[in-house]
Amino acid sequence: MIKNIEQLQDMHLDVLKELGSIGSGNAASALSEVLQCNTDIAVPAVKVLDFSDAVNFLGGPENIAIGMLINMSGDITGMMLYVLQHSFASKMTKALFGSEIENLLEMNDMEKSFISEVGNIMGGSYINAIAALTGMTIDISVPVMTVDMVGAILSVPVIEFAQVGNKALFIDDSFKIDGGEIRSNMILVPEMESLETLFTRLGVSV
Amino acid sequence: MANTVTVGIADLNVVRAPDTLVTYALGSCVGICLYDAEKKIAGLAHIMLPLSKDAAQGIDNKRRYADTGIAELIQKMTMMGANKARLTAKIAGGAQMFNASSAVFNIGERNVEAVKKVLASYRIRILAEETGANFGRTQYFHGETGIMEIRAATRPTKMY
Repeated sequence: MIKNIEQLQDMHLDVLKELGSIGSGNAASALSEVLQCNTDIAVPAVKVLDFSDAVNFLGGPENIAIGMLINMSGDITGMMLYVLQHSFASKMTKALFGSEIENLLEMNDMEKSFISEVGNIMGGSYINAIAALTGMTIDISVPVMTVDMVGAILSVPVIEFAQVGNKALFIDDSFKIDGGEIRSNMILVPEMESLETLFTRLGVSV
Repeated sequence: MANTVTVGIADLNVVRAPDTLVTYALGSCVGICLYDAEKKIAGLAHIMLPLSKDAAQGIDNKRRYADTGIAELIQKMTMMGANKARLTAKIAGGAQMFNASSAVFNIGERNVEAVKKVLASYRIRILAEETGANFGRTQYFHGETGIMEIRAATRPTKMY
């Protein structure tokens, strides 16, 4: 039985990586439709990271970023946290409204609701891809968004991880939009029982 | 030369004047500053969760919890010469980063409650607090003065 994320073997990580790729691909095409431009995605890097490594990867504890939290329920329960950096949000608004965001902390309501919708669409397409592949029913909540220090945003899943270990699944997506590269990061905190269900469905021994 | 010592998440440290302690980006976690004003010994613990007895699967890191974290901080400070009876506290953090209602989202509030309960059990007075709301805080604690300094992304720096 898998008690925490650290116990996952390479085989399990490969499966998650594959699911991550499919989810990211789906999310990228959803993004293309929203922005009506070409979006390519590189194979995402799926890692198991310590909290402090994840924070450093995201620019350090005081770096200001957008955090979007989505709850999963149904056959898989848990939490996903999207972390979008300034460059990502700015490219999005540039593509849609023609203007970049100067300061994440000073986004207007329209920009906020647009970015939140992007998170909703991407999160949804991610989960739909996994659900379709595994035949599972996964419901997701409407994302709740905040703009703040990365360390403070990550404290939310970290407290959730505390029950399952010090590490989390970290997916690093790199998109190309009209030639420019942007990255988004997703932190997944599935409940361990859900992970077992997932692996069993896919015929991977646990 | 004064040094600044960083305290990570679920960690703690103690310094003497003129050194300063800092813990970055407290979200739902709580930073507890303890001070012996006479000896100018300052301690800071960055806890993540309320009480260790509620831990689901055993306690692998005592510094994670309000009760065991504060106990260790007091012990470390007294070992460095602080007088337990003289200690005073200043606390910050315990925010609700995301606006949604569920037990886990409410963890900040529960952390603050637990910290207050534990401090009361040691009869340590809380001189200042900046807790709750919905934003992250970086907390500095100056060993020379016992002043707690709170920095946040969207508000001016505050001294307590």
